[in-house]
Amino acid sequence: MAGSYNNEPLLEMFVFETTQLLEQLEQIIIANCYEQENINEIFRIMHTIKGSSAMMNFKNISMLTHKIEDLFYFIRDNKPPNIDYSKLSDIMLESIDFIKLEISKIENGNKLDGDSSPIREKVDNFLTIIKDFNYKAEAAEEKTENSAEKAEEDSKIQNDVLSNKKKFKATVFFEEDCELENIRAYTLINDLKTIAEDIYYIPDIEKSDSAEIIRKDGIQIWFKTDISFNDVHSILSKTIFLRNMELIELEESNESNQHINSNIKQFHTDVASSMKDMEQNTHMLSSNQSMISVNVAKLDKLMDLVGELVISETMVTHNSDLEGLKLDNFQKAASQHRKIINELQDIAMSIRMVPLSATFRKMNRIVHDMSKKLSKEVRLEIIGEETEVDKNIIECISDPLMHIVRNSIDHGIEPTEERKAKGKPDVGTIILEAKNVGGDVLIIIKDDGRGLDKRKILDRAKARGLMNRPESELTDKEIYSYIFLPGFSTNENVTEYSGRGVGMDVVAKNIGSIGGTVSVDSIPDKGATITLKIPLTLAIMDGMIVRIGNVSYTIPTLNIKESFKPKENDVIRDPDGNEIIMIRGECYPVLRLNELYKIKTDITSISDGIIVMVESEGKYLCIFVDALVGERQVVVKVLPKYIRNFKKIRGIAGCTLLGDGSISLILDIADLITE
Amino acid sequence: MADLIENTMEEMEEDTQKGRFLTFLLGNETYGIEIKYVTEIIGIQTITEVPELPDYVKGIINLRGNIIPVMDVRLRFKKEPKEYNDRTCIIVIDINDVSIGLIVDSVSEVITIPEQDIVEPPKMGNGFNNRYIKNIGKVDDDVKLLLDCEKLLTEDELEELNESL
Repeated sequence: MAGSYNNEPLLEMFVFETTQLLEQLEQIIIANCYEQENINEIFRIMHTIKGSSAMMNFKNISMLTHKIEDLFYFIRDNKPPNIDYSKLSDIMLESIDFIKLEISKIENGNKLDGDSSPIREKVDNFLTIIKDFNYKAEAAEEKTENSAEKAEEDSKIQNDVLSNKKKFKATVFFEEDCELENIRAYTLINDLKTIAEDIYYIPDIEKSDSAEIIRKDGIQIWFKTDISFNDVHSILSKTIFLRNMELIELEESNESNQHINSNIKQFHTDVASSMKDMEQNTHMLSSNQSMISVNVAKLDKLMDLVGELVISETMVTHNSDLEGLKLDNFQKAASQHRKIINELQDIAMSIRMVPLSATFRKMNRIVHDMSKKLSKEVRLEIIGEETEVDKNIIECISDPLMHIVRNSIDHGIEPTEERKAKGKPDVGTIILEAKNVGGDVLIIIKDDGRGLDKRKILDRAKARGLMNRPESELTDKEIYSYIFLPGFSTNENVTEYSGRGVGMDVVAKNIGSIGGTVSVDSIPDKGATITLKIPLTLAIMDGMIVRIGNVSYTIPTLNIKESFKPKENDVIRDPDGNEIIMIRGECYPVLRLNELYKIKTDITSISDGIIVMVESEGKYLCIFVDALVGERQVVVKVLPKYIRNFKKIRGIAGCTLLGDGSISLILDIADLITE
Repeated sequence: MADLIENTMEEMEEDTQKGRFLTFLLGNETYGIEIKYVTEIIGIQTITEVPELPDYVKGIINLRGNIIPVMDVRLRFKKEPKEYNDRTCIIVIDINDVSIGLIVDSVSEVITIPEQDIVEPPKMGNGFNNRYIKNIGKVDDDVKLLLDCEKLLTEDELEELNESL
């Protein structure tokens, strides 16, 4: 599909949106109809392209559109009578062609090397001509400069009706890492221009170092407007990437005096910036037909229906009525049918896939806040944020990720002096990486801190009575994984962020609940690595259907190690009556599903049935069943609410429909193993 | 506005359903269930057993892709179990968004019982049946036991608790 140039979704959206806007613009220009509403439309289009191209750092486009915007601003507000429309159209078309060319370069992944300055000059000249004429006609007392900004201000002063305009001071901080603060500030001020006048601001956003200053101290804006405090506040809070904003209504006569008398009203808006972002995004999306936002519930329903379709397809094509018939044409049609359904299933799945980038970016904030509070220097590196996982899963991994990153900063990364003494770089690094591996997504959180303390973990595990085997038998990995057990925390000092011993335990539990696993590895003084392995989707999985009596159960293929026909004397009983099987010198517990679930079956002798060996988190279990039926892709469904209300049935994760319309219960291996 | 219409529609619907009951047989008694709870009536079908549940919850069935639990009302009322036959029916009801199938001996008819013919059940308290009987309806000389569906579904936990004590 896309992806031929760059996978970055922002870029993709920019190209999409800008192309559409340009097309729209071109039509207006070609129609050569400069009505008031068309001028507004052109102004709006230019404004949007300017904003988004500035955000993407396409300077030549944003500068050009800026100039054109200025031109139309002037035309809109002053309605000069002397415009040479054909010349204007020429300039506009030239500009459109320039931007189009640049866009096609972006699409092809080429470098943007176009220089818009000749066109900009033309726009400037044009503006000067109409301005000159306009001012002469109005017998304006002074000759204006070419600068469009100046013109804007002038025109404002002209229209200024000194009514009950109030003065405000706003201090705006942008989200960490939003980048290009100066351009965002510029957009903000530009937006303000539509509602306010006499706008002053520091720092000067034209200067190159202004982004840095705004990042640190925010941008301070003084302006006059006649709309109410609350309106101004709500307008300002719509700013993209707004982190924090302070709006103060100044008393008269204080417009340049910054700090005094400003105690009237103070609003503090801590913005869930992602929410705002989303609002903004949906807003942007709604204006363009190529993307729509959809209710997740509908997608769930779609997924369900597609699941049903897959099943009903098997029900039709493998219908027992067809057995023994020779139906060449039917088979042909059926295989075509199956192909389409498979494609549909893929699409339905892909709709639900969301990139991890938003979740990953949230970590930036955590790293920043914590490193400040703990006075450690930490840098976050993000790799593979474009990796996509199912929407439901994204929701479940945000908290665990946060815990892990916090732990890494708190326990892992050493204070600066300690790092210096160890000869490590002053700034600690945490790498957040996501990648696809088979049907799973791996999320790796790696820090270059001191690593896990094996000794401490062992001592703590002993103290808590968590050790189930002698120390000598434990591998390093097993020792490290003790940190995922409930009630385990090695940090003596409970800090604000971590150390209550709930973090890692919650991580393991949350990840487990979506069918994923957590593992940890560590090298002393080199750092620790925590790996989350999560499935791509929850809705569909591969399962092995087994039969006990006339009931069928599904074992997730993921858990199955092997299956084999046991011999009668393979199985021994321990004094408690538990059955154990010896395979290649190792002992494994045997679980007879028919006994556990009290299912009637004729197969009770171990040699008549089959053993399926399953594994979960390093533990093994041998499940004894009557027979294997086959491997299928199954659509996971939860048990009805009524049944879930009774209690959690041990070892049952949900159920699924089989091709013949019968129901099979899905086993929860992790639950069966931990008793 | 749309809400308003929907509300009045609902009211109207409830109005037409008011006093109407689906009656079914369980042994010799006739029971009634308010028609507004009933989604559909289906014949008996393959039931997948779910372990570790009380005996009266027979398992789950696949109703056109929806998985619905089924309860044997006979066992629920601690009556003798009876083998299912071709007259055995499953009444699918929907209460507060919980769907469940009730297995009954057979379904009889839909009747209207005027309000004045509906009386409180006798306050004997010695029969466990009474717990699930909301009212008693008189139709000619017959007596219909009108079920309290919500109790049928929600009293389980309480009962479980009591049993385990």
